[in-house]
Parts: sequence; structure tokens; C-alpha cells
Amino acid sequence: MARASSTSRKLTVTVFAWLVGLTLFFPVLWTVLTSFKTEAEAIADPPSLLFFNWTLENYVVVQERSNYFRYFWNSVLISVGSTVIGLIIAVPAAWAMAFVPSPRTRGILMWMLSTKMLPPVGVLIPIYLIFRDMNLLDTRTGLIIVMMLINLPIIVWMLYTYFKEIPGEILEAARMDGAQLRNEIIHVLTPMAIPGIASTMLLNVILAWNEAFWTLNLTAAKAAPLTAFIASYSSPEGLFYAKLSAASTMAIAPILILGWFSQKQLVRGLTFGAVK
Amino acid sequence: MATAHSRTAARAMISPAVIFLLLWMIVPLAMTLYFSFLRYNLLMPGMEEWTGFENYRYFLTDPAFSTALINTLLLVGGVLFITLVGGTLLALLLNQDFFGQGIVRVLAIAPFFVMPTVSALVFKNMFMNPVNGLFAFMAEAIGMQPIDWLAEIPLLSITLMVSWTWLPFATLILLTSLQSLDSEQMEASEMDGAGAISRFFYITVPHLARAGTVVVLIETIFLLSIFAEILVTTNGGPGNASTNLTYLVYAESLLRFDVGTGAAGGVVAIILANIVAIFLMRAIGKNLDA
Repeated sequence: MARASSTSRKLTVTVFAWLVGLTLFFPVLWTVLTSFKTEAEAIADPPSLLFFNWTLENYVVVQERSNYFRYFWNSVLISVGSTVIGLIIAVPAAWAMAFVPSPRTRGILMWMLSTKMLPPVGVLIPIYLIFRDMNLLDTRTGLIIVMMLINLPIIVWMLYTYFKEIPGEILEAARMDGAQLRNEIIHVLTPMAIPGIASTMLLNVILAWNEAFWTLNLTAAKAAPLTAFIASYSSPEGLFYAKLSAASTMAIAPILILGWFSQKQLVRGLTFGAVK
Repeated sequence: MATAHSRTAARAMISPAVIFLLLWMIVPLAMTLYFSFLRYNLLMPGMEEWTGFENYRYFLTDPAFSTALINTLLLVGGVLFITLVGGTLLALLLNQDFFGQGIVRVLAIAPFFVMPTVSALVFKNMFMNPVNGLFAFMAEAIGMQPIDWLAEIPLLSITLMVSWTWLPFATLILLTSLQSLDSEQMEASEMDGAGAISRFFYITVPHLARAGTVVVLIETIFLLSIFAEILVTTNGGPGNASTNLTYLVYAESLLRFDVGTGAAGGVVAIILANIVAIFLMRAIGKNLDA
């Protein structure tokens, strides 16, 4: 589509696209900028975008007053822990379904998907009571279990769609060459499956990190991850914009970075392979 | 290829996942169902008694239920409308050739990775606050009276916050689908003299329909369960103005400790979600055969 006006068209699209992109990103940018302001500057009228006295004080205060790193560490343990346990359970299952399909495979996959449709509020009370009786309320163990279970269907599905793409002929070729099942798995299949497993892990860490129904309902002070920690800023005495911004920036920064790496997998994972 | 031996192995490999999910689904579901027929308040332990459908009657005739149901539909419908229309436009824009494509995509997708409590509090305080919020400042700058977003139009405010989170999701999926659009077909129709608008409605829209359906269904599943955004901004208020079904059940069970009524509400929520789920499963199942 070579046209004389193609360069000027490209420039127009560039300006427009950047405007839209920056507008969507603005709340994040504004939060990050505010985190470097003093409280007075954070509510200054007119607000200043860049020309203020940059300070790191808010970050220091957030850590000192509320022991931010404890919540951060809870978030890391819960999201990574639940994902790793989920993978340990899901990799064999997805593997078997992809390479040894049986007439029931489809039914099992659809059923797993259906558990994801269960609204959390429908099982809130039983889980809350079971947790209370088993002393799992406000524990990291309890949350790791719940996160693992709510993400297990997504993990199985994502892995399944990745494993499905590994050509079966490779297995047969390896078998012809006299490879044992064990060697087959270690030397042929695993290297091909690693990218898929890594993507699955990435997406599920993100999902668990941002999950805010169970984390808010099942934790108090001890096991609270960042979602619950930030929620404590909703009380009126928490109306300190600069500190709220500093805490928020620290809570979203790791996942924004991970998220940018996982754009493609996000589509596949959240649509259960329906859109690739 | 599959021998009896490998079938047994396969079954052993699948069963842990199946057993865990089965337990996770059956046990709490059975308990919710059981509680929904009991008079059961956590503040009065040991006083549980069978009440039949009393909890359902109470929950369904409570005016808060019809409010919450309407709010849920408005919230889900509003976010779906904004993200689908906005997402299609945004996907078309990002699919163009321009300078800095990669960076703009990254910027536009970022909101999806912001945890709900952060986005809700940032919007509540730094944007929608009637005194110090940026929206109030912008309104004053153009000579308008600033409004107290979360007090005056709470449901719409929450709809906008949630849309901000889900717009990138819709965009990303529609963009992925756009990229698989057959360019030859586009060029052929262009040569045949089809204008940009008729090309959009006769080629692009039908092509995006499937991805759009997936967006609608998956967003609906998540949007029916919006909770954190309401909890940290309005607590469902003022009154019940921003209470959705999820928040109502939470309030019944963990704020008023009325387990029986909460469980009945939970069952109602499950039934509603299942109606959506049936359509979603059909859409995804179709793809599985391909």
C-alpha cells in the first residue's frame, strides 16, 4: 500500500497512538511521580508534573512504619509457592492428556474449566469456616493452598495447549533410535516444553500476586500480602497521597515488569487457548 | 501408540489434579448448599436449626437483593460495553504501523497488571477526590463544578475504574485476533472498490466476532465477582448504591455473620454464574475440536 501520503499518515497515527497510550498509562505514571513528592506537593493546586523537590522519604517512611517488606515477602511466597505447587500437580496431568489422549480427556479438561466458573463468593463461608477450624486463617499456608486451587485449571489448560504443539513424531523418532521412556522425557520432551512451562509460571505468578478476593477475606495482620496491605490505606487516616503512592508503586512495580514479558502468554492463558 | 501400560501411567498422572479440584469443588459447595437451609449465625453458635427455604425467601425478597442484582448487571454491562468498543478501536489503532509501536503497546497494557486494591485507591484518592483529586482540578480549570465521584455517582465511578483495568485485556485479545486477519482478503476487497468503512463492517467485524465473544464471556466471569474495588472505595454505599451480588453476600456472611442467608445468596450467585458459564464452555469447547 505505497502511497504518497504514507509518511504523513504514519506520523499522524504515531501522534494519536502515543496520546492514547500515555493517557491509559497516566494513572500509573501519576502514582509513581506522586510517590517522590512531599505530602504537601502531592495535593498542591495546581499539581505539578515534574518540577517538584524529588524525595525518597515516602519509601523510607512506608517501610519503617508498616514494615512493608513483610507484606512484600508474603506476596512473593504466596504467588510463587502456589504456582510451583500447581505446576508440580499440573505438569504430569497436562502431559498425560496431551500425549496419551483418551476418550475422556476432553471431558476432564472441560470439567476443570468449569471449576473456574464457580464464583468465589459461593464458597466463601465454607472455606472461611474450614480455615477457622483448621487454624489456617491468616496463614501463608492457607493462602498458598487456595491460590494453587483457583489457578490449577488455568495452569493445566495452558500447559495442555503448549504440550499439544510438541509434535508426536519426535517421540516416535526417538523411540526408533532406541531411547527409553525416561531418556525420551529428559532429553527430547523437556527442552521443548520448558518455554511453555516458563510462560505458564509467569502468568500464574501475576494472577496470584493480584488476586484480591481470598487474600482480603482470609488474612489479617500476619499473612497479609500486598493486596491486603494496600487495602489498609482505605481508612481516612491513610489519606496520605505520597505514602499511598510509594506503597502502591512498590506493590505494582515487580508485576508490571513481569507482565510486560508475558503479553503473548496472557492471551493464551486467560482465554484457555481459545485465542492464540 | 497408547499401550495399556501407558494408559495406566497416564491415569496416575492425571488423578492428583482431578482429586484436588474435585475436593475443592464438592466439599465447599455441599457445605454452602447445606448452610443455605439452616438458620445459622456465627454470633449464636450451637443454635443452628433447619429452616427449609426461609433463607432464600429472606434473601430474594430483601430490597437489597434487587438493588444488588441490578447493580451487578449495570456494572458487568457497563464494563463490557466500554472495553469492547474501546478495545476494538484501540486494537485497530495499535495494529497500524507507527513509530514506537512496541512502547505504546506496553504502556497501554500496563493497567491490566495493576492490582485491584491499588487501582481503586489511586482512583479514589488521587483522581476522584472532590477536593484534591486530579479530576476536580481539571473540572475547575475549565470552569466546571467538581463532583464527588464516589458519593454522587458511585456505581459509574467503579465501572470506570474497572474498565480501566479490563480495557487492555480486551485490546490485547482483539489485537491478537486482528493480526491473524487475512491481508490478501483485505487487499482484494480494496481492489474491488470496498471503502474503509464497509471493509471494517464486512471483513474486520466478522473476523473479530469470535475473539469478541471470548472477551465477553471471560470478562463476565471475572466481573460478576468484583469485590476489592468496592470494598476499598465505597463499602457498597452510599446505602446500597454500589453493592453488587458478591459484596452483598460478603456483607451478609462476614459483616452480619448471618451464614444461612449468606449461603443462600452464594447459591444464587452460583446459579447466575452458571448461566454464563454454559455459554462460555460451549465457545471454548468448539475450539477444542479444531
